[in-house]
Amino acid sequence: MRRAAGTCDDDGVMADRQTSRGPAADKTSNDAAPATSEGTDLLRLIRPVEGRLVAGVAQGVADQLRLDPVVLRLAFVLLTVLDGIGAVAYAALWMFTPRAPYEGRDPGRDWSQIAAYGAIALALMALGWLTGASAGGIGAWPIAVGGIGSLILWQQADPDRRRRWMDSTVGQARKSWVRTIAGLVLVVVGAIGFLALNDELGKAQPGFVFTLVVVGGVALIAAPWLAGLWKELQRERRERIRQEERAEFAAHVHDSVLHTLTLIQRNAHDSREVMRLARSQERELRNWLYQPKQDADASVAAAVRRVAAEEEDAHGVPIEVVCVGDCPLTPELSAMMQAARQAMVNAAKYSGSSVVSVYAEVEPGEVTVFVRDRGVGFDMSEVPEDRMGIRQSIIGRMERNGGSARVRTELGEGTEVMLTMKLESS
Amino acid sequence: MGNVRVLIVDDHRLFRSGVRAELGESIEVIGEAEDVESAVKTIAELQPDVVLLDVHMPGGGGQEVLRRVLGSGSQVRFLALSVSDAAEDVIGVIRGGARGYVTKTISGRELTDAIRRVAEGDAVFSPRLAGFVLDAFASTEAPPIDPELDSLTQREREVLRLIARGYAYKEIAKELFISVKTVETHVSSVLRKLQLSNRHELSRWATARRLV
Repeated sequence: MRRAAGTCDDDGVMADRQTSRGPAADKTSNDAAPATSEGTDLLRLIRPVEGRLVAGVAQGVADQLRLDPVVLRLAFVLLTVLDGIGAVAYAALWMFTPRAPYEGRDPGRDWSQIAAYGAIALALMALGWLTGASAGGIGAWPIAVGGIGSLILWQQADPDRRRRWMDSTVGQARKSWVRTIAGLVLVVVGAIGFLALNDELGKAQPGFVFTLVVVGGVALIAAPWLAGLWKELQRERRERIRQEERAEFAAHVHDSVLHTLTLIQRNAHDSREVMRLARSQERELRNWLYQPKQDADASVAAAVRRVAAEEEDAHGVPIEVVCVGDCPLTPELSAMMQAARQAMVNAAKYSGSSVVSVYAEVEPGEVTVFVRDRGVGFDMSEVPEDRMGIRQSIIGRMERNGGSARVRTELGEGTEVMLTMKLESS
Repeated sequence: MGNVRVLIVDDHRLFRSGVRAELGESIEVIGEAEDVESAVKTIAELQPDVVLLDVHMPGGGGQEVLRRVLGSGSQVRFLALSVSDAAEDVIGVIRGGARGYVTKTISGRELTDAIRRVAEGDAVFSPRLAGFVLDAFASTEAPPIDPELDSLTQREREVLRLIARGYAYKEIAKELFISVKTVETHVSSVLRKLQLSNRHELSRWATARRLV
């Protein structure tokens, strides 16, 4: 039956247009344009072809009531099992509702869902038969009404709230699965014990089986939906993280990279300054991309890198740093950093070397720092006694703090300063 | 040894022409490639002595080129060249089969030296790579699975330390009273250990450096 009696073509077209936009679209269009005539507000009940299980009645009614079809289907099943009124209502609606127009071949039905609903119906029937609650038994009605009610409630809750419900229960069950399983075992054991004690285990056994069938059916229906919900949740979380990362990235590029590029354009005439800016930006970007975030006041490797960066900026000579191992910074090691800084300053300022190499190694028993340049070098014996840089700031400082410093230099061969500090604890 | 025939694989045209201009007389650039596909094809066609390989490229990067070329049994030698200093990338291309790793800030003269060295079958370690290797081999307390491959000898450690301190091979030889050839032998041996050691700590160390 393609079109029910009493439906004129105009109405049909109007209904088609409405349903094709879906309930959500309806709602917004109604909210946005309250002036629309009453005719469009009253949707005609039609049976969609896509996604139907039997004849699309449940789906059509669900569209109309803005509920999930699952709710309607369960309600029909429940009412049918209870006293057959569900089947009668379904048949009546089937007869009096027009089918939604559909181009092309009819889509196939989801037989696994039909089977699941069938299983639920059978199980409910069996349960009713066993407990004697079928055929309109008064005791079954509250359960039916309560069940349908909670289904509608679930359906009516906005997606966020529903997700929160799901999150808290699923999340807790996940986190404390041991407790959940233990609880379930206790409940089952308790129930069996109670029944055994009252000598009713034998009688209740078939009931158990059918209860299991019901639960299985419900799980079969709900599983894909729950899985979809979970997937959606994960996707959203990923998307949010990605957006935050993108925002951080954009902020960094703007604050730091673009800023430096502007400065480079302004200082284009000064090649030394351009070099310094480029180096400093490169270092910053590199640290941001590849280096673990470290507190320069807390660890040797971070402190060496920071000192080198500062002196590189101050003197415009590239300082290449290689660090092996790491350990927390102690007062002695801080003094060592001061000495290393002085060695870097000397190398950058006086050696004339185009690059300074710094190597810091933390071993279990000691920390070593090498500062090396390939510059002019000098004659140690000709350095006046009062030259503060090497004797006081490097050698003297290291010795005062329990370490040692060695300077190797040769005219024309460059200079290397070696700093060593023993570690106490190990 | 005559001219070294080199292929440059890099997705930045400006960089390729810059390298071409900087390389010394003894290096002959026989071709360029800009992505993984064309690199694999060109290497098979031209059979260069050395491939200068960029680590980051569309289509899987340098590691993919290494996998496909060396996986097909080719004996072409690779020198990795990159702006990245990420431990993951450095250890990744070396374990993928590159015979050396230098950063793109290297001077033309140093790069020429490095290419010649790789062409002769030696390894090229930048100070940073040496630091990474020392760090990676030192960072684990777990006993080595294969003592021969899983730990460095005292001498190798000394050589690496000097490289990390910025010493050239010649200077290392002088410092340790050994020949340059011996230095090269030690470095090649470290490279072999780095490539063949199947201790998982190496890769895990490199990844952890990135994630901390």
